[in-house]
Amino acid sequence: MADALRAGGTPAIELTGVVKEYSGHGEVVRAVRGVDLAIEEGEFFSLLGPSGCGKTTTMRMIAGFEEPTRGVVRLHGQDVTDVPPAKRDVNMVFQSYALFPHMSVYENVAFGLRRRGVDRDELDRRVREMLEIVDLAGREKRRPRELSGGQQQRVALARALVNRPRALLLDEPLGALDLKLRQAMQIELKRIQREVGITFVYVTHDQGEALTMSDRIAVMNDGLVEQLAPPREVYERPATRFVAGFIGTSNLFSGVVDRIADGLAVLRPGPGDRVLVPVEGKPAEGDTIDLTVRPEKIVITAEEPGGDVSKVRGTVAEVVYLGTSYSYAVTLGNGAEVTVFQQNAHSSDSSAERGDPVWLSWQPRHSYAMGS
Amino acid sequence: MRRVRAALAPYLLVLPGGLWLTVFFAVPLLAMLSLSTQEGNLVEGFRQTFRLQNYVDAVTLHWEPLVRSLLYGLATTAAAIVIGFPLAYWIAFKGGRRKSSYLFLILLPFFVSFVIRTISWKFLLTDEGVLLGPLKDAGVLPQGFHVLATDFAVIAGLTYNFLPFMVLPIYVALERIDPRVIEAAYDLYASRTQAFLRVVFPLALPGVFAGVLMTGVPAASDFVNASVLGGVDNTMIGNVIYNQFRASEYPMGASLSFILMALMLLGIFSYARALGTEDVLEVAAR
Ligand SMILES: Nc1ncnc2c1ncn2[C@@H]1O[C@H](COP(=O)(O)OP(=O)(O)OP(=O)(O)O)[C@@H](O)[C@H]1O
Ligand SMILES: [Mg+2]
Repeated sequence: MADALRAGGTPAIELTGVVKEYSGHGEVVRAVRGVDLAIEEGEFFSLLGPSGCGKTTTMRMIAGFEEPTRGVVRLHGQDVTDVPPAKRDVNMVFQSYALFPHMSVYENVAFGLRRRGVDRDELDRRVREMLEIVDLAGREKRRPRELSGGQQQRVALARALVNRPRALLLDEPLGALDLKLRQAMQIELKRIQREVGITFVYVTHDQGEALTMSDRIAVMNDGLVEQLAPPREVYERPATRFVAGFIGTSNLFSGVVDRIADGLAVLRPGPGDRVLVPVEGKPAEGDTIDLTVRPEKIVITAEEPGGDVSKVRGTVAEVVYLGTSYSYAVTLGNGAEVTVFQQNAHSSDSSAERGDPVWLSWQPRHSYAMGS
Repeated sequence: MRRVRAALAPYLLVLPGGLWLTVFFAVPLLAMLSLSTQEGNLVEGFRQTFRLQNYVDAVTLHWEPLVRSLLYGLATTAAAIVIGFPLAYWIAFKGGRRKSSYLFLILLPFFVSFVIRTISWKFLLTDEGVLLGPLKDAGVLPQGFHVLATDFAVIAGLTYNFLPFMVLPIYVALERIDPRVIEAAYDLYASRTQAFLRVVFPLALPGVFAGVLMTGVPAASDFVNASVLGGVDNTMIGNVIYNQFRASEYPMGASLSFILMALMLLGIFSYARALGTEDVLEVAAR
């Protein structure tokens, strides 16, 4: 949020203290429990989180299909909390596309323009131009059911984009496609977003997709935003245990701070072990902190490593050959299990065998102390 | 062996239904077709003389109830759409968790015999009955006012009896519409009216089409409503056919039946051509 304010302009989309509760069957479901977001103009913004965490609900409140129980939704600075979807300058690409089954591709794409009374020549020009962009020229007369999944997806995209909305909301638009098509469409979507230059709000539960496509990601869990940051930061510096666990493979440790020096907390999980973690202010000696290290940052050696690195001792419990890399499961003295990825570049790297005593080491800057 | 069985399977599956239709539909139909061009009477017996004049006679003698039946059928269908569509719409979109209870209520009259239902209407609408009696006593209606033996009574009875056949198929079509598709219309700047006219209604048309067939056809060939609720001026072709067969005028009854059937098939096919094609949906969607 601070980023958007620093960038100066009014955010394209702003949610303030937004809560959505559904009641039914005599109980209250708290789908969204208090979300603050500011999405910048022209940004590719992702909402990422596990199934049921409230992504679709958040999106539907932006589009106007659901009214927040509490809180305010602003579009380009204007409070639209009570404005119906037809009067909001955003368009939605639905999770299941929701194409009009009784209309041709052309009529699907023309629908919004017709409702707005765009004159015939301009309508025709804009529809054809948009079909060109999504590579569907020549398929105007087809019905949605006569198209492949990927083509339907592009019709849905064209149908929304042709209206030149100020923001496009996409709810898991690639969810129904197979892996190859997904990847092709990811690139395509990015290209289109750059070409038309409008704000994209992208809902996904696929972390890889969010990481590759987004300018910023809001990681959601159980109706709350756990972290809002650029992909790199979300991956490298997960703010919470949940984010660390949800994005990629992550090793989580918790330990008692032995001493603090030069902004580094020193932990001693076992005899001879030493873990160095950069900390900012908060923890004091004797506090328990959680920290995380990505498996690819860890080096595995037979000898004790030298220098100012974090190092812990363990025993190799499992070695898995993954083609381009090896994956090791290493059990530490305190029983914790650590995953280590090692590139398959040097034959010496794969020397550790099951049962070998090994040292694990990593640079202090590759581990982060997290909030709970 | 398995391949032979697989090849035979489709035929074996249609066999029971096919036999049933052959024995109880095709054979009588052919018998009737043959009867419709015969000559004679019950005492001397009927002979096949391929007398097409039977058809001409049928039309010249009975064109009035024939036309009336078609008009009643049309009026009934129109009334059933006007009443049934909102009903189906409400159940499909606002029925919530009680949907099946509402559908059951719609079907409830079917648990009572068709004839009994119609006769109970007669009691309801009779000149000094529970409905008209008090209204006349209170001076709201003139003493001479009557409902029975009017076009209105017969059409109302037909509509009441065939309404569920309109509601159910429309309900099924509406129920199948993905609510997201309707939301997409709103998202693309459609007003409620536009969303209904461009999206909901065109998608419900297959249901309306089925409903029209299922109410229009039996309504036009009905005879119970006209004989119970109607008077001498409300005779339908069903009554005429029934009377012809009772009077053993088999060739006349048979040729009237075929004329009715031909007219209805003609109506249905031109209707299907006009509505069933996708171009119509396309135009409706604009
Ligand atoms: N109309 C509704 N009535 C009651 N509960 C609802 C409704 N819509 C959503 N929920 C509940 O709200 C929570 C969040 O749902 P939402 O659809 O936003 O999840 P999501 O993050 O989009 O999940 P997915 O990845 O599976 O699409 C879920 O627990 C869901 O069961
Ligand atoms: Mg969802």
